[in-house]
Amino acid sequence: MKSYVSPEYIVERDQDRCIRCKVCVNQCSYETHYYDEEDDIILSRNENCVNCQRCATFCPTQAITIRENPNHYRSNANWTQEAIAGIKKQAETGGVVLTGMGCDKPNLTYWDRLLLNASQVTNPSIDPLREPMEMRTYIGSKPDSLELDMEECGGVMLKTKLAPQLRLETPIMFSAMSYGSISLNVHKSLARAASEVGTFYNTGEGGLEKSLYKYGDHVIVQVASGRFGVHSEYLNAGAAIEIKIGQGAKPGIGGHLPGEKVSKEISETRMIPVGTDALSPAPQHDIYSIEDLRQLIYALKEATDYTKPVFVKIAAVHNSAAIASGIVRAGADAVVLDGVRGGTGAAPRIIRDNVGIPIEMALASVDQRLRDEGIRNKASVIAAGGIKSSADVLKAIALGADAVYIATAALVALGCTVCQKCYTGKCPWGIATTDLWLTKRINPDLGAKRLAGLLRGWSLEIMEMMGGMGINAIESVRGNRLLLRGVGLTDKELKILGIRMAGE
Amino acid sequence: MVLKDVINRVPENLIIKKNVAMIDATGVYYRDLNSLLRSLDGNGIEKIEIRNVYGQRYIGTDLDGHIKIDVYGTPGNDLGAFMKGANITVHGNVQDGCGNTMDHGQIVVHGRAGDLVGHSMRGGKIFIRDDAGYRVGIHMKEYLGKRPFIVIGGTAQDFLGEYMAGGVLVVLGINIKESRHNARFVGTGMHGGTMYIRGEVHHLGEEVEVTDLEEDDFRLLGNLVDEFCSYYGLDAEKILESKFNKLVPVSSRPYGNLYAY
Repeated sequence: MKSYVSPEYIVERDQDRCIRCKVCVNQCSYETHYYDEEDDIILSRNENCVNCQRCATFCPTQAITIRENPNHYRSNANWTQEAIAGIKKQAETGGVVLTGMGCDKPNLTYWDRLLLNASQVTNPSIDPLREPMEMRTYIGSKPDSLELDMEECGGVMLKTKLAPQLRLETPIMFSAMSYGSISLNVHKSLARAASEVGTFYNTGEGGLEKSLYKYGDHVIVQVASGRFGVHSEYLNAGAAIEIKIGQGAKPGIGGHLPGEKVSKEISETRMIPVGTDALSPAPQHDIYSIEDLRQLIYALKEATDYTKPVFVKIAAVHNSAAIASGIVRAGADAVVLDGVRGGTGAAPRIIRDNVGIPIEMALASVDQRLRDEGIRNKASVIAAGGIKSSADVLKAIALGADAVYIATAALVALGCTVCQKCYTGKCPWGIATTDLWLTKRINPDLGAKRLAGLLRGWSLEIMEMMGGMGINAIESVRGNRLLLRGVGLTDKELKILGIRMAGE
Repeated sequence: MVLKDVINRVPENLIIKKNVAMIDATGVYYRDLNSLLRSLDGNGIEKIEIRNVYGQRYIGTDLDGHIKIDVYGTPGNDLGAFMKGANITVHGNVQDGCGNTMDHGQIVVHGRAGDLVGHSMRGGKIFIRDDAGYRVGIHMKEYLGKRPFIVIGGTAQDFLGEYMAGGVLVVLGINIKESRHNARFVGTGMHGGTMYIRGEVHHLGEEVEVTDLEEDDFRLLGNLVDEFCSYYGLDAEKILESKFNKLVPVSSRPYGNLYAY
């Protein structure tokens, strides 16, 4: 069947600049560029181009420009290019349109309509370059009260037995991305950066590769519905365990790692045969209720002798607040909320763009609900899904998060250009692929350096913003919504976010 | 923790004779019971007998080695969850989630089982003398030397072997009427492993096909049924005389063509 879908991008090559070095030919994993020996010229197949910018970045003479195809259908606010092309593609394949990364629609972000405060005259701002700033925070259940023993010599001893805690030197962790959806070198980069900076990286549901066990003190191991690579050694290898109920990019549905991606290496860690589909069912089949969730939380606590905090991750959905209350009462040490803009390696586009709610709304309502019920101290709250700057991190903490998870931002630090083709497994940047030819493109030493650089940069910015508000500890920002003001928001939006309008 | 501390701490409900520890679990909270089991494990104790068990969860979880545990009564949910080598015999019925995500070891039940027997189990063996509930063997998987086995003596309920990705699931149908199992949606989403069912199954998932047994199947099945019968004093030959159906997945990639790339 002839495809009626036109190429999304046009590759323009300045033949005067092109030196026929074939870097573009070798770099493109979609076989967009090819060398015509007869005419000594490099040509391109526009229909293969995904606009990942790999060739343009590596072209030594800047001969390549990728442009959006100017051959648009007639402009129509309803029948957009995406809508028309999607229908044609589905008519031709009879399948579900897949995509990667987070929702790319503009109407679901609130961060940019929230603004932070700063000190002027009436209270002094702090210069973080010269004065101490406390960025450290702890994730885990906090007691209702503390009992202290006063010693004769004047010392004070803590009598209350604390629940296990994770110590974060900066309130940013790397969110779950499974080995299989991304490469081992990316996992290595994440693990090393987390260890170096003093934060944590999440394995996702694909198990923990043997060579990464040594980073265990900075690893959060995930238990999802597929239970891939989950065994006692794995559970005990990490510093914390995360039960994945849902993901912001695809709330309510499971995942399929296609058999093509289950290589020998992936199969060893997931503990399934090479080439079989790794199916993660939509629900966890031992969890149909809050009581069942409690059962799994405590099964994991028993399996690790109560030494590790257990997180529960849900997608932000309509009644997140009530669900989060149940999760805390079920005994979770942390609730992870993943908003509608959260990323993915593969999800049906229709689900990614239409299911779930923005993290800002979910976070504010969950924090408020837990406070109203007097159980906010019993679990930490971690916000995830669409955090793309240090300001977003600080705003999330001011809305009530203890810390945030980032994933897309981490991949962007490694080279990702958010072309949204992760599901093809051919990532030319060597990130969302298990093809050994491509995975070599990430050098874990350099990758770790880039990630640590990102965390350092964001942390410095957060300290500057905190200092500007006259605050010297990140924990003083948590849930401190007076630090925020809204612009362009309705009364109802402001009410749910628990903030005032700018000028109020 | 050394054994001396354990004995000092819980003198009333624990008796130790040579290598055998006897626990009276009457009124003991599951956390305390499992903590006690962990402290006994690896301290020269080879066998633990727990009496008066009434619903305590997670027995057998996080025990190292190959300790033998005899449970008298009714253990609670998630018996042997994430288990890595213990050998449990239950003199009574078990509840839901028996052998959940179990990696290694053995559970023999002299009674019946609730739902989710062997959920996502990757290794070890589970034997249930009587019937079992819904979703038995759901998402069992195998990898290289790791191959899990479940044998149910009676029948099982709907979604038997759902999402099954590996391992062997046997349902013997002893004492069922007209050798017909009532379970529906048997093997829905199955993409690996094998089921052997004695008696007729009338409602299969779309991803399953029924085939005849071959020589290798009879050998494997014979060994499992022999072992099953050895625990319960049953006649293996008599059971093996009847016809078995072998259920295998149609494809290891049941959902390979769902997407538009």
